[in-house]
Amino acid sequence: MSQSSSTLKTADGSLQMADGSSLKANLERSLRRRKRNALLLVAPLFLFILITFLVPIFDMLIRSVDNKITAEILPTTIPLLANWDAKSGKLPDESVFKAFINDAQIANKAKIINRLGKRLNYEKSGTSSLFRKTGRKLKKLDPEKLTSTYKDALIKIDKKWANIAIWQLIQRESGRYTNSHFLSAVDTENSPDGIKWKDEDSQIYLNLFKRTLWLSFLITFLTVLLGYPIAYLLASLKTKTSNLLMILVLLPFWTSLLVRTSAWIALLQKEGVINDVLVTIGLISEDGRLAMIHNQTGTIIAMTHILLPFMILPLFSVMKTINPSYVRAARSMGATSFTAFRRVYFPNTVAGIGAGGILVFILSIGYYITPALVGGTQGTLISNFIAYHISESLNWGLAAALGTLLLLLVLALYILYDKVVGIDNMKLG
Amino acid sequence: MSPSEALVRFENVQKSYDGEILVIKDLNLDIQKGEFLTMLGPSGSGKTTCLMMLAGFEPATSGEIYLENQPINCVPPHKRGIGMVFQNYALFPHMTIGENLAFPLEVRKMSKSEREIKVKKALDMVQLSGFADRRPAQLSGGQQQRVAVARALVFDPDVVLMDEPLGALDKNLREQMQYEIKHIHERLGVTVLYVTHDQSEALTMSNRVAVFDDGIIQQLAPPDVLYEQPENAFVADFIGDNNCLLGTVISEAEKSCVVKTDDGSEIEANKVNTAGVGSRSTLSIRPERVIINPEAGQVPNMFQATAEELIYLGDHIRTRMTVCGSNNFFVKIPNSSHHANLNKGDTVTIGWNEQDCRALNASD
Repeated sequence: MSQSSSTLKTADGSLQMADGSSLKANLERSLRRRKRNALLLVAPLFLFILITFLVPIFDMLIRSVDNKITAEILPTTIPLLANWDAKSGKLPDESVFKAFINDAQIANKAKIINRLGKRLNYEKSGTSSLFRKTGRKLKKLDPEKLTSTYKDALIKIDKKWANIAIWQLIQRESGRYTNSHFLSAVDTENSPDGIKWKDEDSQIYLNLFKRTLWLSFLITFLTVLLGYPIAYLLASLKTKTSNLLMILVLLPFWTSLLVRTSAWIALLQKEGVINDVLVTIGLISEDGRLAMIHNQTGTIIAMTHILLPFMILPLFSVMKTINPSYVRAARSMGATSFTAFRRVYFPNTVAGIGAGGILVFILSIGYYITPALVGGTQGTLISNFIAYHISESLNWGLAAALGTLLLLLVLALYILYDKVVGIDNMKLG
Repeated sequence: MSPSEALVRFENVQKSYDGEILVIKDLNLDIQKGEFLTMLGPSGSGKTTCLMMLAGFEPATSGEIYLENQPINCVPPHKRGIGMVFQNYALFPHMTIGENLAFPLEVRKMSKSEREIKVKKALDMVQLSGFADRRPAQLSGGQQQRVAVARALVFDPDVVLMDEPLGALDKNLREQMQYEIKHIHERLGVTVLYVTHDQSEALTMSNRVAVFDDGIIQQLAPPDVLYEQPENAFVADFIGDNNCLLGTVISEAEKSCVVKTDDGSEIEANKVNTAGVGSRSTLSIRPERVIINPEAGQVPNMFQATAEELIYLGDHIRTRMTVCGSNNFFVKIPNSSHHANLNKGDTVTIGWNEQDCRALNASD
């Protein structure tokens, strides 16, 4: 039997290699090896993304519910306080006060007591200064030489400790996790009677979410309106001309975002180019200069301009693939040019509108720098508040909760889009 | 052919895209009702431009096009009522086959029931009944082609234009579709204007063929006339296999002439298109009309030839020979039981009839 390097058929119908091993197993092994090599190629990028992107995002998500600070700073108070009935109308026991002073003094030495004050201040203003004052006074207090009860000693430091509300708050926020950040993110708060809306004048986030959604929709719509004809022109021109025009479309891409936004400020501001021109030609009076920036108008104009290429490019690439003979065929069959466009050309570009639309919408829903620069108070978006809580108020928990909500919102819209348009119909190029 | 008989008439039509070069130079063409007329020519010869002008997608630079004796230069494409089949089928990808076929009826505001009947009839015609709910992408190339033909015919146009409709199909399918389109034409009696660069397609399907080159119709004739009696060197060379011999006319009679090739051989030829004694002329001889080892006196033209190359092609052996100063002279030797057995380098006598050797204009 000559079977040097050839395969041969065995009795049960499976093929064997010359050395007697199964051909199937050999093929599978080589396929596995190829897959492993492919994985090795993406491994550096994967690690990079994991460490610099996914882990921080996960960390932020955790922060939105994380609340271990109370238990860390008041380790002995919390178990005792848990037994207290918050609705009894009475202050907690002496033992709770004793434990609290004890915990507070330890935390005070470690200089971390103010952190808890700050954390609780998000729920009830005034708490931060209460903790600061208490910390300061506790330095001088020696529990060994106490003449009164612990309760009276603490109340002597600040009368607010005789208020049940502060103890209710500490008890409520004593858990490992909290829902209070998410509640604030949707303008609600915990109260002894359950969850309720915040005072009317401190409700901001729901309106901000609504505004962000509405402005994103509007900007997406405007980019379709402005981008569609441009993309059509680009797709129907000769390659040489369309390449030139394409450079004009891409030019803003290569310019710094900051420069483009500042340019809009120069154009739109009260003493800006557009107002000057309008005044010069007498269309508006000197006093009637239009406010086109540091409000919603500014945000809409600048963001529409900046996001326009993200609409034009997918539209263009889809239109480029539409055979010009479709429209000709429709025309030859008796359709007017408008009918041919509506019934034949337009349906074939829906994939591009979908792709560009979802791209622009998701980008604008989280847009930060442009609204921050040109938005004023009425034109800022949710991301500006997230940035504010991250870098100024340092309420990272709330920032994380807002960010998480934003992420969920985008995912929900994505799923909705998938149900309505179908994600397979999306074409990016 | 009086103008009133012609369904479509091109009258002194010229076309230029850039204002410098005329793509169509003075086109005059009558297409009869029920005719299958093919425009045949190399790419860039202007045949597709003619089609686009008739369909209304390109305006004629000058001249007038008539459809049923009505000038249509100013009629927009959708009012011309001309069916069209495109090279890449141009089936609408977002519609089903049924919707594609119903489209021309829908824009004509035909009722739904009427539409359904017509669509079904059209699908039956191309043997695709039961495909109405599929998408074009689910069909093979040949099936898509049939749908495209059905769609161009479903609204009963007087004229159907076909722009290289079979160009994207493989050879076997193309031949099969040629017969199908031909049969549909015969059955419906519709006028077809067909554009192709494939001469066998043109010869198979058409009543008449217009050979285009350089923006001019070089010859307009039925397929057999085109092949057997080409009027100029371009047509002779473009249609079928052809041998060219260049020479100078040295004498002329009423129907014949004698041409002296550059190596001094004198050939008696059929005078077709020459410019008189002393002018240059191209002689055209079909390879299958060349006789190997003719008997003395059988034919007027007899020459010694050397076999340079033999190519075995099954039914015949294609032989390249050197004769009369040309080393690019092909002869078809039929693969019959008594065919001449030639070897490379053999010298043999070949000859041809005066009738089979057409003296045409001098080509470059």
